[in-house]
Amino acid sequence: MAQKTIAGHAVEVNDEGYLLDASQWNREIAIEMAREDGIELTEKHFEVLEFLRNANAKGETLTIRRVGKSGITDIKGLYDLFPKGPLKLSSKFAGIPKPASCV
Amino acid sequence: MNNESPLKKVCIICAKGTIEDVYATLVLANGAVMEGIEAKVFFTFFGLDAITKKQMKKIKTATVGNPAMRAPGGLPFPTILGMLPGVEAGVSAMMKSSMEKLDIPPVDEFLEMSTAGGGEIYACKLAMDMFKLKKEDLWDEVKAVLTVGEFYAMCGGEGTQIIFT
Repeated sequence: MAQKTIAGHAVEVNDEGYLLDASQWNREIAIEMAREDGIELTEKHFEVLEFLRNANAKGETLTIRRVGKSGITDIKGLYDLFPKGPLKLSSKFAGIPKPASCV
Repeated sequence: MNNESPLKKVCIICAKGTIEDVYATLVLANGAVMEGIEAKVFFTFFGLDAITKKQMKKIKTATVGNPAMRAPGGLPFPTILGMLPGVEAGVSAMMKSSMEKLDIPPVDEFLEMSTAGGGEIYACKLAMDMFKLKKEDLWDEVKAVLTVGEFYAMCGGEGTQIIFT
């Protein structure tokens, strides 16, 4: 756990860089986090992030399969948007905890 | 977490065709690509059922000779029950429905999830010859039919592990 300033906002993150409090999230933080991982966020990315945030707020277990069936994009599309981390990177940028699922 | 020499590639070999063997393979493969780890999967012997068009939707779990097999609630499941007609099918359907509840997809969809992330699926030439299977009998996205030597040739590189499920 550490304090970190992302895009001018003081937030608390864990040692993998995930926000500890999803309510501290905003779009600027997402853009800055993604940039650190070499990804430029587009509106399509934000649609995925919104979906993840809503599902997380409802306490749903997130899997790549669920996101792939969200209607926003398919699984291939998710890999294109978030290379090498379709669920873990997207969750990080969405300011929600790292999903604890195996799928 | 060991970040000094991270895992970069897994080469997974599946030689058995039961639900648990095939799903262990698919969870490992899909889990790898989701973490940005390259995955190559080699199906051989009875494992070929998982990538054979006619069989991939019909894989089952063995209800005979499986000492870990228990009835719901942890009650004993005598092997002699597993021999009765329909029991294997029923148990297999139950396993699949419990997995579906955890968002674990059917075999074909699971394979697609892995290949969508760049996972590669291969079939063993020797086992294909043995079972008289042709490339066209296999799932369309099987990348190639390989000899063991050709598969090993893909398994080099730092941070690579070979896993036999």
